[in-house]
Parts: sequence; C-alpha cells; structure tokens
Amino acid sequence: MSKCFPLTGGVHPAENKQQSLQQALKQAAIPRQLILPISQHIGAPAAAIVEVGETVLAGQTIAEAQGPFSAPVHASSSGTVVAIEERAIPHPSGFRGECIIIETDGQDNWVELQGSEHPFKLSHEDVLEKIRNAGIAGMGGAGFPAAIKLRPPATCDIDTLIINGTECEPYITADDVLMQRRAEDIIQGTLLLAQLLDQPQRIVIGVEDNKPQAIAALQTASRQYGDKVEICSFATKYPSGGEKQLIHILTGREVPSQKLPAHIGVVLQNVGTVAAIWDAVKLGRPLVSRITTVVGQSLSEQGNAEVRLGTPVQDLLAEFGFKPDDCHNLIAGGPMMGFSLETLAAPIVKTSNCLLAPTPEELPPAPPAQACIRCGLCAEACPASLLPQQLYWYAKAQDNERLLSHNLMDCIECGACSFVCPSSIPLVQYYRASKGAIRQAEVDKVKSDRSRQRFEFRQLRLDKAEAEKEAKRQARKKAAELAKQKAAAAKATGNDGSQATGADKPADNDLVAAAMARVQNQQADPAEQLAKLERGVNNAHNRLQSAQQKMAEAEEPQQEKLAARVKQAELRHAEAKKKLSDFNAEQKPVVSTAEDKPVSKDDPVAAAIARAQAKMSMSPQEKLQANLDSLAKRLDKAREKIAKAEADGDTGAKLDAVKTGAAKLAEKIAAAETELAELQPQPTTTVANKPEQDAASAAIEKAKSKAAAQASMSDDDKRTAKIESLKQRLSKAELRLNKAEAEHDDNIEAFKTGVEKLKQKLIEMEVN
Amino acid sequence: MAFMRQSSPHSHGVNSTAGVMQTVLLACIPGLLAMTVYFGFGNIVNIIIAAITALGCEAAILKLRGKPVGFYLKDYSALVTAVLLGLALPAYCPWWLIVVASFSAIVLAKQLYGGLGYNPFNPAMVGYVIVLISFPLPMTQWAGASTLTGIEPLSFLQGLQQSFGLLHIDGYTAATPLDLLKQNDGLMLSQLYQSEAVFNHGSVAGAGWEWVNLGFLLGGLYLLYKKIFTWHAPVSMLLGLGLMAALFFDGGSSTSGGSPLFHWFSGATMLGAFFIVTDPVSSAVSNKGRIVYGFLIGITLYIIRVWGNYPDAIAFAVLLMNFAAPFIDYYTLPRSYGHSKSRRATEKTE
Repeated sequence: MSKCFPLTGGVHPAENKQQSLQQALKQAAIPRQLILPISQHIGAPAAAIVEVGETVLAGQTIAEAQGPFSAPVHASSSGTVVAIEERAIPHPSGFRGECIIIETDGQDNWVELQGSEHPFKLSHEDVLEKIRNAGIAGMGGAGFPAAIKLRPPATCDIDTLIINGTECEPYITADDVLMQRRAEDIIQGTLLLAQLLDQPQRIVIGVEDNKPQAIAALQTASRQYGDKVEICSFATKYPSGGEKQLIHILTGREVPSQKLPAHIGVVLQNVGTVAAIWDAVKLGRPLVSRITTVVGQSLSEQGNAEVRLGTPVQDLLAEFGFKPDDCHNLIAGGPMMGFSLETLAAPIVKTSNCLLAPTPEELPPAPPAQACIRCGLCAEACPASLLPQQLYWYAKAQDNERLLSHNLMDCIECGACSFVCPSSIPLVQYYRASKGAIRQAEVDKVKSDRSRQRFEFRQLRLDKAEAEKEAKRQARKKAAELAKQKAAAAKATGNDGSQATGADKPADNDLVAAAMARVQNQQADPAEQLAKLERGVNNAHNRLQSAQQKMAEAEEPQQEKLAARVKQAELRHAEAKKKLSDFNAEQKPVVSTAEDKPVSKDDPVAAAIARAQAKMSMSPQEKLQANLDSLAKRLDKAREKIAKAEADGDTGAKLDAVKTGAAKLAEKIAAAETELAELQPQPTTTVANKPEQDAASAAIEKAKSKAAAQASMSDDDKRTAKIESLKQRLSKAELRLNKAEAEHDDNIEAFKTGVEKLKQKLIEMEVN
Repeated sequence: MAFMRQSSPHSHGVNSTAGVMQTVLLACIPGLLAMTVYFGFGNIVNIIIAAITALGCEAAILKLRGKPVGFYLKDYSALVTAVLLGLALPAYCPWWLIVVASFSAIVLAKQLYGGLGYNPFNPAMVGYVIVLISFPLPMTQWAGASTLTGIEPLSFLQGLQQSFGLLHIDGYTAATPLDLLKQNDGLMLSQLYQSEAVFNHGSVAGAGWEWVNLGFLLGGLYLLYKKIFTWHAPVSMLLGLGLMAALFFDGGSSTSGGSPLFHWFSGATMLGAFFIVTDPVSSAVSNKGRIVYGFLIGITLYIIRVWGNYPDAIAFAVLLMNFAAPFIDYYTLPRSYGHSKSRRATEKTE
C-alpha cells in the first residue's frame, strides 16, 4: 500500500453509519408516477424528444443531450408520458424545473439493450459514446457528465486514475453497500476507464478505513483481475472524500486553484459512476437507477435501496415507514453538505445519494448565532487552508475585493468551519451568498462596461456633429465678415451701404452682433453721420458762445474759472469741426494720392489712418502711381544723402552703403514704372448704370459682372473664358520674365517657375 | 407537512463560546490558588468586586442597546474579563480602583465598539492601563509575600475590609522583584539577590511570584491541551521575551535586565502569555500572524520592562500589538490549497 498524505484540517462528526447497514439492500418498488427532470447534471439541460401521450419503454431515451456539455435522460420504467411540465425538483433553492412525467404501467418492459461481449476491445470513441448515450453523470453528488471528464484535454497527460469510494459524510452508506455487492464490476469498470485513459501509471481506489468490508471485497476483486488496481485506505476524517482533498491524500499533489484535476494528470470518478459505466458498456444499460441511503429516526426502518430515478421522495420514504410528524427537516444528502427539501414530491435524481429524515432530537436546529470571537477553530478545520473568520467578516461587509484576495472561490462549502464554530455562526451560508453576489457583480460589470462604451461612443458622435456644425458656423461667419469688410470699403467711397452690407448678415442667435450690425449700418449711412457731425459742431459752437457770454458777464475772480471753461468749449468746437471736415473729406472721391492731405499735419495717427484709407480706396493704377511717387521721393532723399556725404568727405563703407541703397531704389522705380505701364492697357469694365467713382467699388462691380456673366455662360463658354484669362496671365508673366532676364534680377527663378506653372495650367485646361 | 428550510451543515459540533470561556476560567484556578496562598485573599476580593461591576455594566449597556441581556451575559465573556482584571490588579487595592478598571474594560473597551468580538483592544488590558495611568500610586502598592513580611496572609473578610478602607494594616506591601530590578542602582544582580529578602525566599524570580507564574503556566498548558487556542501566540511571546533577555543579559552586572528565567517567572508574564496574549478577539488571525504578534509582544515587553518607565508592561505591550494586529493580518495569510504561495490581503484580483 502506498503512502497516504494526511488531510489538512478536517473534523470528526459522529459517523452514524451503522443505522443504514443493519438490513440488506432493498429493491425499491417502481412508483406509480415517475418524475424525470431534464437537468440532472452540470451543463446544458437535455431536451425532451417524446410527446405527451407517447408510450415509452424502460431505458428509452426521452430527452437528448444538448451539445457536448450535457447528458441524455432515459425512462426508468415503461409507461406513458402524461405531462412535460415544471415540477418541484431537488434543489437547495426550492426551484421548480422542467420534468417529464411518466405514468408507469407496472410491466417494466425494457428496450433492446445493446451490450458488448468484449468491452475492452472497443475503441475509445465507441466507449465514450456509449457512456454519453447512457446519460452517465457523476453520481457522487456533483453530476459532472462522465463522457467529458473521461476525455481530458489533449495537453493533459493523465498518469493517475482515482476512484472515489471514500464516502466521508456521516449517515451515507450507499457507496459502501455498492462496493460490498459489486466489487468486481467496479474493478472491471476501473480497468475499462484505465484503458480509456491510455493506461495511467497508477490506478487506485481510495476508501476510508471505516469500511473494512468494502475494502476487503475490493481487494479480493482486484486480485481476481490482475491486481492492477490499488486499494488505498486512510484515516477517516471529514471531508477527505472531496475531489481535491482525495487527490492530495492519495498523491500529495494539489489541484491548482480554478483548474481541473486533469491539469495535474489526475482523473477522479465516483465508484457509483464507475459501476454505471460498466453497466452501460457491458450491458448497454443506461443510467436509470441508483442506490440511495434512506436514514433518520423519523423512519421506522433505515437502510439502502436501489431505486429508479424519478421516484418521488414520498414513495421511497413510505417504503421505509416515514413518519412526517416526527421529521422537522428533510435533507437530501448528508448532514454536512445536504440541502433541505421543501416538498415530498421532489424526485430521486442521478445525484441523490441519501435521504436523511431526522427527528429534532437527532439533528437539533442550530442555536442562534453569537458574535464571532475570532477563536480560529474554523481556520484549523478548513481543508482548503482558508481563513473562514476573515471571510465571514468580509462577507458581512460585502467587501468583494477582500473576499477574492482571501480565496473565497477556493471554498468547497464542506461545512467543517460551521461545524466547529463555538458561536454557531452559519458560515457556509455567508460564503454561498457572497459567491453569488460576486458572480452577479461580474455579470453586472460586463453589462455596465458595455453600456459605458456605447455611451462614450454616442458622446463622441454627438461631439463630432457639434464640432462640424461649429466649423460651418465659423466659416460662414468669416465669409460674412469678409464680405462686410469689402462692403465697408465700398461704402467709404460713397456707395449706398445697404447693398454692400446687405451681404453682411448678423451671426445666428447673436443679438449683440445684430445690434452692432445695425449700429454699423447706421454709422455707415453717410447722410446720417453727416447730420450727426453737423449737429455736434452746432452744439459745440453754441456752448462756446454761452461760455464766452458768461465770462463777459461774470465777476473778476470767477473769470479765471470761466476762462478755462471757455477754452474747453473752444477746443470741443474745434474738435467737432475737425470731425466734420474729416468726414467730408472721406466722402470725397480720392483721385490723387500724395497731394491729398485731408488732415492737419498735427495729427500723425489720423494722418496715417487717412493714408491707409486713401490707399484702400485707390485703384491698382493709383496705387502703383503712389508707390512710384514715394519711391521717387526716397530716391531723391538718398541722392541728397550721397551728395552730402561726398561733400563732407566721407568715404568707405557708409558711402558705399548709401550708394547701393540709391541704386536699389532706382531699380525699384524702374520696376514700378514698367508695372504701371503694363497696368494701363487693363480694361476696366463697369456696369453701365453705375458711375465709376471708386476703383474698389469698380473692382467689386467687375467681379459681380463677371459672376453674372459666368452664371449666364454655358460650361463651354466658361472654359473658353478661363483659357482666355490664363493666356493673358501667361503673357504677362512672360513679359516679366524677359524683363528679369534683361535686368539680371535675383528672382529670376521665381519668375521662371511662375511662367512654367501658368503654361502647365493652360495645357491642362485645353486638354480637359 | 411543511419542512424547515435550513442551510447546510445540519449537524453541529459541541463547541460553544460559553464553554470556551468556562474552560478559561477553570484554567485560572491554579494561579489564583498560588496567589491566595502567598498573598492572601486580596485577589479573590478583587475578582468579586470586578465581577459584580463588570456584569452590572454589561447588563446596563445591553439594556441600553436593546439587546436580550440574558443571551449575551450567558457567554461568560464579561466574567472572564473581570477575573483577569482581578488577577492583574494589585491585591487589596481600593474598591473604587477596581470599579473604574472594570467599567473602563467593559463599557469603554468592549461595548462601545459593539460588544464581544468587535473590540480591537484587549478589554482587561485597557481597564488596567486606564487605572495605571490615572492612579499610579495605588497601582504600585503590591502586597509582599507572607513569607516575606511575616504578616499572616489576610483572611477574606480582612481583605474585604482592606479594600473598602475599613482596615489599616501596615507593612503588608513590598517591592516586587521587577520593582527591585528597575530601581537597582549599582548592585550586581548576585549582590541584589543576596541583599533583598524577596529573593532569598524564592529561587529565581522572587518569593511568591514564582509560584504564581508556575500556576498560570499550568493553566495555560491545560488550555493548550483542551485546544482552546494554538501554541503559536504564547510560545512566540515567551520566546521573544527570552531571546531579548538572553541577548541583553550580560551575566548579571548592575545594568543588566535580568535573566530569561527571571523574566519568565516574575510579574505577570505567564498570566499574560496564556490568558492575555491568547485573547482571540484582539490578536492576529492566522497562525503565522500569531507567531509574529506574540514575538513582537515579547520583545516590546522586555524593552518597556528594562528601558521603559514601568516595572511590568504586559498591558502596554499587548495594547501596542493590538494596534498592529490588522496590519499583521494583511501580510500573514496562510497558503491556501491550490496556490503556490500565500497572498496579500490587499491584493487586487480580477
């Protein structure tokens, strides 16, 4: 016998196993009605394939497995399907589940069973298919579909096959009885599984040492079949029968958290499952019955029964003389991990290993919970080496983060901690609730993450739309301002403002801008402005007169004060007059430039403004003329400087600099003159009815006429017009280039590229 | 027939909180016996006054909180606090001192935090410290062992009267061994031992006090046997204390702090190790944590005894480590099944 590792933690509840071992295994009678839930296993529920009213035989598949993670359901006896509806099922929450209800006919006719003579000669796939089709799920209590467990991932190398005959929970003796009666089938089933898993190095059946008869039976059987299966017994302690705990006891290895035993090369099956697998493969018999322990002092007999799946609990209990009034708490399963059944109508399913019907004296209800004194007895008892007292505090505080960091998810809910708690705190209940809350929080988080993503995307979309609208608004505003500027320039030379400013629309929803626009309009109206300024002048004149009068009438000492006032009035009058004259000057058409001095020399800023305004209002021709004149003036000045310098006898760098400056000016003048000459032949088209007073307004008029003309033109005409204009520009550019080449201008390259570009454009236009 | 709906497990072990408390009370008896033999009935009087005050205060607070008084008093926790206080306070101290200490322990240190199981600090020690700091003089008047003073150990009635100030017996107080060591100024330990009577009648740690500590050690071992607590906390505490004492024991010079044996068997060391440090509510939670917790208490105890202001410092050491216990818990989680190493409590998991 190989070494067994001791269980970490654990407790010793009273075994209470002898009550159900007194009598031999009973064969439970077939009940009148069978209630078969379609979900008796972990995974997707099966789907019914029979209909109400259909007659079925024992062993017939009545619900098919849905997908790989599922198992089929078979009729446990022959009869008629009377209903497919929700009924009470054995579940801790008292759920109802979809069930197929069969009214048995008492005949127990079976379908044709497809056994196999040589199970060991079957291929893996065949064996697995038989196991799956027989609806075999873990019968130790979890209900994991066997066909999946026996097909471990390809990356996992299985070196140990463990068969769990431990049955550590008190009261339950179903596996004990099975091992005693069917030891050979169990051994053969084990060997079949070993073959299925490609002969792992170690095949062992783990049994607690409180089952000496079972151990003996298994050992005898194993010797019969080649002694390849090891029977390992170890000290009785709860919960050594848990999958993870048993693996550690027998191999010393620990299943990594949140992983499967297959990942460390171990496959574990319950003895009941193995026996059922052997039946399925050898005899072709699907899983339709199991051994269930029926125990408790509210029964007149206690023992084990081979019962058909789907038997209502009531019927089974009745066979053992159940006295409902004596029982306060009907438990499906053992006292440590079983759950309370609320109704006697629930059926026996594949995972029902025990029915415990205690009297209140036998299993008294827990006393009211007291405060946790953090004694640590629970931590001593925990087989997973957790800290139950900390889990309890954090479960009460609903601190999910701390619960997870204290490994709540590794809790196997064995109940050892609650068993030892001196304060009778229902610890496992807290952990179950917390696990549920954590799972729900994860689901909620996924949902809220998705919602957040969608919300953020929507915000992005809306912002983008807003930004586009804003951009359009800005563009419109700019265009409006541009038009307004042009209109203002046009107005300054006498055109009615309304036309120019007609293009100036106030900004949307902008009352201030509208008001400003209105004000500007008013101001732009020359007649009104004139009137206003004249009024101002009159007022100032009147005030001056009255001030002078007062001064004349006043006494001596006050005359000084009044003199100041008079002076002020005079100044104001002068100002008003000046404003008026300015305005009048602006309104006059500007023909010449340099000689026009509408403003006194005393005011340089106003003069500069006037100059700029004059410049803006000039035609290109006039601009060039003005430029020419100013250049000429500068040249004169430069020449004067040279003369002066030569007269003073300056030599050297300064003189040279001045000379070069003068030379440059001369060049510029020449260039300007040529430009002016070029500009002369430019036709100035004006609309017939408008008098040409201003070059700028002329330009606007030109543009307008062009646009109008273009609008009236056809596409072809437009094209020809474009080509025409391009040709003109090209000729001009070529002229300039020639001139540059003649003068060896530095910018010759620029001129050349300009000419090239224009030629290119022309070619493109002509081609298209 | 309507069945109950219960959550598993449906069967229950035999442990109960009241049972644990009663076992602890039982384990106090050897120590109490030794105290009575050497110092008279003073401690028993203390215990009685403390118990009455404690239970009274607890009942009053529970009533104020609207809780079922009987249910909560029956867990014996107030009684245990009272008994520990009675043992810790000097025999024959005035009755009001005991009342103040018990009141502070039960009301301030326990009920105000939510009752049993919610107190972060050891209630008995909080009561002790409050009166130590508030009434230093009565707290330093320790009875001398009767073998020492020559005075007959006071009877129960006399003890009662002394506590209520109705009797005026002189000369029953004496300096404790720890007092002597603290006040030692220039004498080598061997000389001290020879000169002071208290050491003559005792072998290592002074008359009377040795036996008291032995008594409590016996009680502690009994509690270990009964699995009321694990060995980690008390053994680490004694180890810590012994290590420090061994480290700084320079053979008994005038500045030495006393040998490990001296420290183990004088003052309230054994009472502290097996009855105070092991208080489960305020200590660290995991076994690893308890080792750290106990060890640090031992070290702190030595430091305060030798270099601090007080001759004995169980209360201060324990309270200091009560502060640290939650932090210790964060970093001393056990390695759970299926994990390669232990985790930090503050880990964020996905």
